[in-house]
Amino acid sequence: MIESERQRCRLHFDKTPAMRFTGHLDLYRALERTIRRAALPLAYSQGFSPHPKLQLAAALPLGFTSRAEIADMWLEQAVDPAHVLTRLQDAAPPGLAFRDASPVPAREPTLQQQVAEAAYDVDLDDPAPLDLETRIVLLLATPELRRQRRGKEYDLRPLLISLELARPGRLRMQLSAREGATGRPEAVLEALGLDPLAARVERTALIFAPSTPETVTA
Amino acid sequence: MAPNSIPTQSSLTAPEIERRLHHILPRVQKPGRYTGGELNQVVKDWDATSLRAALVFPDVYDLGMSNLGVAILYDLLNRQPDMLAERVYAPWPDMDAALRAAGLPLFGLETKHPLQAFDLIGVSLPYETLYTNVLTVLDLGGVPLRAVERGQGDPLVIAGGHAAFNPEPMSDFIDAFVIGEGEDVLLEIARLVLEWKASGGPRPSLLRDLARLRGVYVPSLYRVAYAPDGTPDRIEPAAPEARLPVLKRIVPRLPPPLTRLVVPYIDVTHNRIPVEIQRGCTRGCRFCQAGMITRPVRERPVAEIVDAIEQGLAHTGYEEVGLLSLSSSDYDEILELVRQVSARFAGRHLNINLPSLRIESFSVELMDLLQGEASRSGFTLAPEAATERMREIINKPVSTEQVLATAREIYRRGWHLIKLYFMIGHPSETLEDVQAIADLSKAVLAEGRAVIGPRASVHVGVSTFIPKPHTPFQWVPCDTLESIRAKQTLLKQQLRGPGLKLSWTQPEETQLEAWLSRGDRRLGAVILEAWRRGARFDAWQEHFNHAAWMQAFEATGLDPAFYTHRERPIDETLPWDVIDAGVHKSFLTEDYLWSLQGRTRVDCRERCFACGILPKFAALRREHPGEGWECPEVRSPARQAAAAAVEAP
Repeated sequence: MIESERQRCRLHFDKTPAMRFTGHLDLYRALERTIRRAALPLAYSQGFSPHPKLQLAAALPLGFTSRAEIADMWLEQAVDPAHVLTRLQDAAPPGLAFRDASPVPAREPTLQQQVAEAAYDVDLDDPAPLDLETRIVLLLATPELRRQRRGKEYDLRPLLISLELARPGRLRMQLSAREGATGRPEAVLEALGLDPLAARVERTALIFAPSTPETVTA
Repeated sequence: MAPNSIPTQSSLTAPEIERRLHHILPRVQKPGRYTGGELNQVVKDWDATSLRAALVFPDVYDLGMSNLGVAILYDLLNRQPDMLAERVYAPWPDMDAALRAAGLPLFGLETKHPLQAFDLIGVSLPYETLYTNVLTVLDLGGVPLRAVERGQGDPLVIAGGHAAFNPEPMSDFIDAFVIGEGEDVLLEIARLVLEWKASGGPRPSLLRDLARLRGVYVPSLYRVAYAPDGTPDRIEPAAPEARLPVLKRIVPRLPPPLTRLVVPYIDVTHNRIPVEIQRGCTRGCRFCQAGMITRPVRERPVAEIVDAIEQGLAHTGYEEVGLLSLSSSDYDEILELVRQVSARFAGRHLNINLPSLRIESFSVELMDLLQGEASRSGFTLAPEAATERMREIINKPVSTEQVLATAREIYRRGWHLIKLYFMIGHPSETLEDVQAIADLSKAVLAEGRAVIGPRASVHVGVSTFIPKPHTPFQWVPCDTLESIRAKQTLLKQQLRGPGLKLSWTQPEETQLEAWLSRGDRRLGAVILEAWRRGARFDAWQEHFNHAAWMQAFEATGLDPAFYTHRERPIDETLPWDVIDAGVHKSFLTEDYLWSLQGRTRVDCRERCFACGILPKFAALRREHPGEGWECPEVRSPARQAAAAAVEAP
C-alpha cells in the first residue's frame, strides 16, 4: 500500500476521569486498542517490529483529564469520517470520549509540530489561599521564573502565556506547548506556592500555530 | 511499617472511600492500579444484588490482572443475576502505607465498597509466596485475620488454586478451600452463602454445609494429632460432614473460553488474550506439581479456540494472544490449530504465543508457521536437566543431540535468542550434572554462532527444585543452602561472557517456598508471625525479608529444616494427605521408586499407568462421553471396578 492511498484522520477526544491515571504511553496503547476493536484499517509501519501509524498531539501528564485531546491516525483505506466516529465511540473504553473524526491532508506537518499552546483549568482541592489573586499578579509581573526539572534549570515565565482566577478555587492558564518549550501547570502551581498534587487539572484546549505556507497543501 | 498501626475504617461508605482515594492516588506509584473503571469491567447495583463476592488475587494489580483463573470466576459470578463479583489486588507497599495513613480500608475496584462489606471473599492461591499478602489484604480490608475470630457479620473467606492442594499452612486464615477446578463448585458455594445469609443461621452450620460439597475442605472440621517426633500422626474429621480425603473437583469438559476480558488502562505483565487450549498434561515429569494435579487432559476443539481468538480480539483490541497449556506439543491437533490460526489472523499485527513446546524441530516449524513475519524475540526450551541420568530421574527424557539439533533449527529460522530453562537441587544431583548444564548451554550458543555468528545469544534460567506435594518427589528433601550456593557459583563462573546471560533464584526464596509448600497447619503461626514482623510480597526479591521468617520460626519454636531438609519415610502421614488430587498415593510411590532406579514412563496417552484419575472420576466421565479426555477409553464398569480394587491404596 503506498503512502498516498492512506487516509490521515484527525481525532478529537476527551480523556475523562476514568483514565486520569493512565499515562501517555498507556493512553497511546488504549487508543490503538480502541481503533483495533473498532475494526478500522489502522496502518502500521513496515519493518521488523511494526508500530501503528498513530500520533498524539501533546503528552498529557499522569493525573490530568482533558476535554481537548487530538490524535492523528493513518488508515490503509479511506473510511467515511462519520462511520469512523461512530465506530470509535462504540469501541471506546470508559475513559475516552470521541468528539470528532475528520480527514486531514496527508502532508501536513506532524501534530507535535503544529501544537503551540495548551490551556488548562485547575480546580484546587483545598480552599484557595486568600491572597491567591495577589500571588497571580506578582507571578505575572516577575520577568524571570527559574525552575528545575529533571536536574535542568529553565525559565518558566516565557512559557506562561496567561494565568487568571476563573472563579474561586479555579485557575485558568495558558502555556506554551511547543516541542522543547512546554510549560507545565504543576510548575505554575508550585510557583504560586500551591501543592500540585492537591489539584485537579484538566486540559481545555490545544492551540495550533498559525499555518505556515508549506502546510497549505490541500 | 507496622500493621494495624492505624485501624482502617471498614465502615466507610463507598462514595466516601472514593472521595478520599482521590487525595491519595496522586501520591502513589502507578495509581492506575487502584482505580478500576477499565473496559469490560462489570459494575452491578450493589444494593440490588443479593450475593456480593470479592475475588482477591493477593499480588499487585499488574500481575493479578494477567491471571486467567480470577478472570474466569469473575465472569462466572457476574453472569448470575443475583450475584456480583469485584476485583481486589494486594496494594503495593506505598499504597498499603497510604491507605493506613488515611484510615481507608481496602476496597473492591468496581464500586469501592470495603472488603469487609462483601459476603464472600474468594482468594486465588496459585503459588505459596503470596500467603503473607493474603493477611495484608484481609487486614487492610477490615476482615479478622483468623477464621476462628470471624463472626456472624463477617465475610466467608474461601481460597483455591494450585497452592491449595496443600491447604494446611493457610488453614488458620481460610474458612474453606476449593480443591481443584473452581468453575462448578464456586457457584454451589455462593448459593449456600446466599441461603445462609437469608436464613440468618449460625456460621458453624454454614461451614458444615460447605463441607458437604464435593471438593470443599473446611479445615476447622478436622483434627490433627502429632506424633512425638513432630510428624502428623492422625488426621481425622471432627464433624460428620467432613470428608476424608477431600477429592478435587474437575469439570468434565472445558467451558467455552472467556473472551470479554477486562482490559487494563495501564501496562501489566501480560497484555494478551489467554486461551487455554487444553488442561492437564500426560508427560508425567516427576517434579511438576501442575502435571500431577491437573489430570486428566481435556482438550478444546480447534474451532472453539479460533472463535475465541476472534471474539477476544473484538472485545479487547489486544495485539497478543497466548495459547496456553502445560505442554502445547501434546495437543492432538496442534498442526491443524497452528495452520488455522496463522491463516485466519495473518496480517492483523498479532503476536501469537505458543509456550511449552517439546524440544524437537517440529516445534520450530510450528512457531515459524505461527509467527510468520512477526518479530522473533526469543525461543524457549526447557530441558530441565543436562545429563541423561538426571533426565531419567525426573522423567523428562530428551537427548542432548535433540536439544542441539532443535537449537540449530531455531537459529536457522531467524531467532537470535534461545532461552533455556534448567532446574538444580534434586537430591540425586552431583556437581557433574550441574557442570553439564553449563556445557550444554555453551554448546547451544556454539550452534547459534555457527549459524548466525555473534548475534546469537542464550539466556539460561536456573530454578531450584522444590519437592511439591502430590508429586512422586513429595518425600525427598530439599537441597541445602550451601549446596545450592555451590551449584549456583559454578554456573555463575561458567556462564559468563558475550552472548550468555544467567538468571537464578535466591536460595533463601526457594527455601521459603519450600516451607510454605510442605508445611502442616502449625505453619499458620509462623506465617502470621512473619507477617507481623514485616514479611510482604515474598515473591518479590526487593521485598523478600528472610530475617522475618527466621525470627518467626524461632518465635513459634518450629524447626524449618523439619519441613524441608528431611527425607520423609514412605509411610509417614503427610499434611496434605487430607487432599486427594485424583492420583493414587500408590502411583506416586511407585513412580518415586522408579525414579530411584532411573526408570522412565512414556507419555500416558501411549500407555495408561493407572494413576487413579479414571476410577476416581469414572462416573463423571460416563456422564460426559466423548468429551475429549485424553485417557484411554474405559471398557466396562466391571473391568473398571476390578481395576479400582487393584489400585486402591
